[in-house]
Amino acid sequence: MAEPVLDIRDLYKSFGGLKATDGVSLDLRPGEIHALIGPNGAGKTTLIHQISGALRPNAGSIRFLGQDVTGLDVAARARLGLGRTFQISSLAMDFSALRNVMLAVQGRQGASFRFFRNVMSDATLTEPAMAALGRVGLAGRAAVPASELSHGERRQLEIAIALALGSKALLLDEPMAGMGQEGSRALTGLLDALRAETPILLVEHDMDAVFALADRISVLVYGRIVASGTVAEIRGNPDVRSAYLGERA
Amino acid sequence: MSREAAFNAALAILLLAVPLAAYALDEPFYVALATRIAILALAAAGLNLALGLGGLVSFGHAAFFGVGGYVAGILAVHAFNAEPLFGLLPASDQMPVVWLVAALLCAAVALPIGAISLRTSGVYFIMITLAFAQMIYYFAISWPAYGGEDGLSITVRNAFPGLSTANPAGFFVVCYVLLMAVLALIWRIANSRFGLALQAARQNEKRVAAVGIRPFRVRLAAFVISAVITGVAGALYADLNRFVSPSMMSWHMSGELIVLVILGGTGRLFGPVAGAILYVLLEFALGGVTERWQLFLGFILLGVVLFARGGIVGLVAGKVRHG
Repeated sequence: MAEPVLDIRDLYKSFGGLKATDGVSLDLRPGEIHALIGPNGAGKTTLIHQISGALRPNAGSIRFLGQDVTGLDVAARARLGLGRTFQISSLAMDFSALRNVMLAVQGRQGASFRFFRNVMSDATLTEPAMAALGRVGLAGRAAVPASELSHGERRQLEIAIALALGSKALLLDEPMAGMGQEGSRALTGLLDALRAETPILLVEHDMDAVFALADRISVLVYGRIVASGTVAEIRGNPDVRSAYLGERA
Repeated sequence: MSREAAFNAALAILLLAVPLAAYALDEPFYVALATRIAILALAAAGLNLALGLGGLVSFGHAAFFGVGGYVAGILAVHAFNAEPLFGLLPASDQMPVVWLVAALLCAAVALPIGAISLRTSGVYFIMITLAFAQMIYYFAISWPAYGGEDGLSITVRNAFPGLSTANPAGFFVVCYVLLMAVLALIWRIANSRFGLALQAARQNEKRVAAVGIRPFRVRLAAFVISAVITGVAGALYADLNRFVSPSMMSWHMSGELIVLVILGGTGRLFGPVAGAILYVLLEFALGGVTERWQLFLGFILLGVVLFARGGIVGLVAGKVRHG
């Protein structure tokens, strides 16, 4: 088995008396989409925040590409190649789609303290940004401000940003949320094509998308992983069905 | 040429042509008025870099304005009396030297203030920058060596190589050229990589961190550059009035700078110029009628905030479009 890209061991996080993350271990291997599902309030977003670095766990470790990143902040993890999208689109709304992606290219290059050259004439920024927009199908919308893009286009833009960062793993927090069927289908196709180059940890409520995409599924309930396995295993697991549907057997 | 560029060019030409015509017609008062506009525009342009591009509402920029003013005043007085500074360094009354000292001192003051203030945001940032400015204000009041509360008079305006600054038109041209040079610099900065990161941090701090850029460092650099510009404007302001006092550092002054930025158009390149023109002309036109002219300024400000968020430049040129 290939070395995991992302390896999470025994993660704990509590807020007061609430154990939001209660001994979670999971990993992400090269070339796979690992879906994380669970009912509302199960602690999925809290877990994603700890992996991205926005929250510090109380205990446990997070290794990324063989390096312990538990003590690093969001910016440092992003520079190592851990990309994420947000549950609610998080873009620079006044900027065009192109400038949003250029910012990511700039972050990757690590050269933000240049004060004179006009960014729009800097091909080392614009070319990779246009390429990333092209890959998510937004090339024709490059000059449109993010505030004027549709919901689905903003999701695509977030993924273009993650691609432009040269991410070696992606954390996607409910990318299908609020999208129509058409949009979901397009995004499912895009993610399917992406996995070969960037493994994806996918938090998602849309079960059609999860079953279509996931190589493995882990089920999070009350901060614990209650089951983990292939699509067929999870589908056939009666505990998961009851827990996920909220039925107390 | 876009509407905004055309409007900017019109403002730049107007601000140069009117005082030169007034000088030719032997009306030095109007030259002094235009000089005041240019200097206040320069000070507000500095603040606009932090406030408009970076979204950092500093309520303490009068401190840098005043520090620059005191540098001009102290150097002028020492140079006039041929007394070395601190008994060691010879003082210079050459403006380029004065500006350099003002810039370095403002950077040295702004760096720790920014480093502490930028750990907060929103209303706390406003309050902490105000608190730092008030500390410097009270320090100036209680420092008797340079006039304390009474301020410091400059007998002879600092000099500029090759020009007579005693001549109102000569001094105006110095201020005007410096203003245009700084605006050109700010335009370059706004469109640079640094400007991209700074403006993105204003719109969405989380997004900037997620692409691996620390907003704190970018903001700190912007805060320091902003303070330096406002400080150099302060040095010119002291030379204009041939007087510097702690009131240059009072919170009224900080508020006035914010008003200039908002009136003209927050984050717009020529916003501070438009704001300063309107402010000084209102002061001149209404100040003759009533001492309470700021009441009318208040109404105008209210109108801008409620109905014309983009200020004067926004009214003329519409919303900002980033290509």
